Amino acid sequence: MATTAEGFDAHHDQGHGHDAHDHADHKPGFFARWFMSTNHKDIGTMYLIFAIIAGIVGGAISGIMRVELAEPEIQYLQWWAQFMGGGNDLNTALHMWNVFITAHGLIMVFFMVMPAMIGGFGNWFVPLMIGAPDMAFPRMNNVSFWLTVAGFFSLLFSLFVPGGTGPGAGTGWTVYAPLSTSGSVGPAVDFAIFSLHLAGAGSILGATNFITTIFNMRAPGMTLHKMPLFVWSVLVTAFLLLLALPVLAAAITMLLTDRNFGTTFFNPAGGGDPVLYQHLFWFFGHPEVYIMILPGFGMISQIIATFSKKPVFGYLGMAYAMVAIGVVGFIVWAHHMYTVGLDVNTKMYFTAATMVIAVPTGVKIFSWIATMWGGSLSFKSPMVWSMGFIFLFTVGGVTGVVLANGGIDDNLHDTYYVVAHFHYVLSMGAVFSMFAGFYYWFPKMSGRMHSELLSHLHFWTFFIGVNVIFFPQHFLGMQGMPRRYPDYAEAFTFWHQVSTYGYYIMAGSMVFFFVNIAYALLAGKKAAANPWGEGATTLEWTLPSPPPYHQFETLPVITDAHDYHDHRPVTA
Amino acid sequence: MGQRHTRMKNAILAAIAAGLAAFAPLSVAAQVAPTTTPVEATAPAAEAAPATAAPADAAPAEAAGTYTPMAPTKGKGMPTSYEDGALKSMTFQDQYSENGKYAQWMHDGILMPVITAISLLVLGLLLYVVVRFNRIRNPVASRTTHNTAIEVIWTIVPVIILVVIAVPSITLLARQYETPPADAVTIKATGYQWYWGYTYPDHGEIEVISNMLDEGEAVRRGEPGQLAVDNRMVVPAGVPLRIQTTASDVIHAFAVPSLWFKMDAVPGRLNEKLLTIEEPGVYYGQCSELCGARHAYMPIAIEALPPAEFAAWVKAQGGSMPGEEAAAPAAAPAVDAAAAAAPAAAR
Repeated sequence: MATTAEGFDAHHDQGHGHDAHDHADHKPGFFARWFMSTNHKDIGTMYLIFAIIAGIVGGAISGIMRVELAEPEIQYLQWWAQFMGGGNDLNTALHMWNVFITAHGLIMVFFMVMPAMIGGFGNWFVPLMIGAPDMAFPRMNNVSFWLTVAGFFSLLFSLFVPGGTGPGAGTGWTVYAPLSTSGSVGPAVDFAIFSLHLAGAGSILGATNFITTIFNMRAPGMTLHKMPLFVWSVLVTAFLLLLALPVLAAAITMLLTDRNFGTTFFNPAGGGDPVLYQHLFWFFGHPEVYIMILPGFGMISQIIATFSKKPVFGYLGMAYAMVAIGVVGFIVWAHHMYTVGLDVNTKMYFTAATMVIAVPTGVKIFSWIATMWGGSLSFKSPMVWSMGFIFLFTVGGVTGVVLANGGIDDNLHDTYYVVAHFHYVLSMGAVFSMFAGFYYWFPKMSGRMHSELLSHLHFWTFFIGVNVIFFPQHFLGMQGMPRRYPDYAEAFTFWHQVSTYGYYIMAGSMVFFFVNIAYALLAGKKAAANPWGEGATTLEWTLPSPPPYHQFETLPVITDAHDYHDHRPVTA
Repeated sequence: MGQRHTRMKNAILAAIAAGLAAFAPLSVAAQVAPTTTPVEATAPAAEAAPATAAPADAAPAEAAGTYTPMAPTKGKGMPTSYEDGALKSMTFQDQYSENGKYAQWMHDGILMPVITAISLLVLGLLLYVVVRFNRIRNPVASRTTHNTAIEVIWTIVPVIILVVIAVPSITLLARQYETPPADAVTIKATGYQWYWGYTYPDHGEIEVISNMLDEGEAVRRGEPGQLAVDNRMVVPAGVPLRIQTTASDVIHAFAVPSLWFKMDAVPGRLNEKLLTIEEPGVYYGQCSELCGARHAYMPIAIEALPPAEFAAWVKAQGGSMPGEEAAAPAAAPAVDAAAAAAPAAAR
């Protein structure tokens, strides 16, 4: 990146003499610090811990599902239905399945990936990277976090109240009407919807906070075109959130009024249309998938540059590729609805528009490789996760090109092929980038070094595990195995079994992750300000690890006269 | 500064290229669409039905006064297990409709090679940089951050690849959306929680209610569990079918993988699509839109029969063929059945 440790001078302002901030590390008491926090680093830490807890819950639910799917017929769902307080009949057991898929999806999207990427890493590192003392609206930052937590509890609460054929909301994360309206009697779906309202409100507040911070609080000399790419990625993400989430809020509010107040937005009997809900949902839902991956793109750019000891290749192309992905992401939503009965011209348009996204995505993939090209690569833990990301995200991306074709999707829609596709881009794309970011910044955040050995073991076992889970799901989907089925024809057994074995490998690999954190916090070496060497050129590495409670009280001035693209060869 | 402007220009050019890519497939669509419409126009070739063939076809149908469900063929119209064919279990089911075959060709012949090549290219490049540019072999990193030529190439080449993909893709869409000919056999599939109902509006309002067979019964009948139903949706083979879908409660989806057919059944809407099944057989499918607790337990089984046998089935259900008096189906003379089977047999 443009700013190197030597590239800026701490600007010693003579007039900055008042004593209010003499003690930079004066921390408030426990309750005030963690429950009324206005510190971006503390809030970021809470977001990360929250995301890890939500990830454990969401991951455990996927374990329940994979174990059930290891064999045809229903083995364990009845037990789970009774455990959750439901009846002993088959319908309740089958409803339980729908509750699991719904909870898994909602938790992973709204309470794991989004809080970790935007709330966690975004909060921690956007202010640090742009040389700001904190976020623009620190109090609102705290509100965002606690709204997200409240949303999570609303979702958990929904599991224990009636939702139609059993306890919990069994609508799928998409909450399609009329299954979610007339099809689900009882308060569970209301609580699930309310959970989305809360999480959505938290995210909108967070998005406004990031946009304001990035536009107004960059250190002197840091122009938009000198910002680190991670900041760019969060900026684009924040705009996507700001534009997409209100549409979701409107759609699910209409669901609530259809459910409770007799409106018929989505009820044909009253002149409404269930397909309207799908248009509204996916107008949010498609940008949402980019919301989940763009911050990951940003992190990968930082990490690849750091461990290649080279500036990012094609910085402007990288930044504007993200902008392009964000813009195009808003005009492709109906590719989630190819089988709903679109007319032929609509389907042709969405096929073409969807395929266009492959172009800026390709620019990013190739630019990352070009960044490594000619570099001096060291394969530290963040780097191996990033390289894993590049390959697996490519695999997930190319199956996206297959699915983009409306005519091909007629067969693959709502099958395991789609499940495999979006898990390749999310549970390997987004999650790999999150682990990469975690290992990259953990020393900075905690002040302790994690074990490289454990991180590498984590990487390889996780890499094998998720591929064994999800690669066979392409086969299942092509053979016709539909999504959201707890039970299946015998012919699908073998690949389902393989997939379940993959889950065990993946789950086992997480032991390395947690042991690694515990080891680092208890016995890890103290981390230097910059443990990654000369390639780490962003501002957070100029601060001690962990950074002081308040940083940049005197703003850093970016005096680097070189333009970002004007890196002349070292040997002149 | 000059250099900065070139960068900006490149970025803008790249954006324009991406924009053009959006329109390229549309212009292709414009070219493709007219070539397919004549097919549609000539399709209703209802004239010149060779009436001589009809009695011969109708004879066995008449003999089979009672309908016996066709035995399914293993590996046809149903998924294949790994044990029965490792490779077959890893790809699409064999296709039994023209559009299905075209789509499968497009996937196997174009998409698969392209996506495999791209994935392997990225993997290869990653492995190469690992070997060639690791810190031991390359201790001093270059400072190269730009190369306009290569940036243009990796923008333009994907655009070209996508245009190449778009041509068959748009063609496929145009074919899938051909309007069914006027004399196509209409079947309306209605999704209920949790079974299917099939009505034949042109055949004396026959209604077939189709529930899943339990595992034991399916095995006893020599059918795959989870997929077998008590009453199948019976259709004529080789004849254009006008499949309509709707639902009475929540959204369901009518899907048959071996026919490359999937269409949502949405309450308050009537979706319609052309389907021609090339040969007789039993083709299984499953509901493909989450519809509540028993979503997994409302399979679809289509039995495609030779047209004459279909006509016999219609009679057995108490229905009538189009053009025939629908009043007294039970007493309808055999001559009428033969006459009714004729246009269908001609196809």
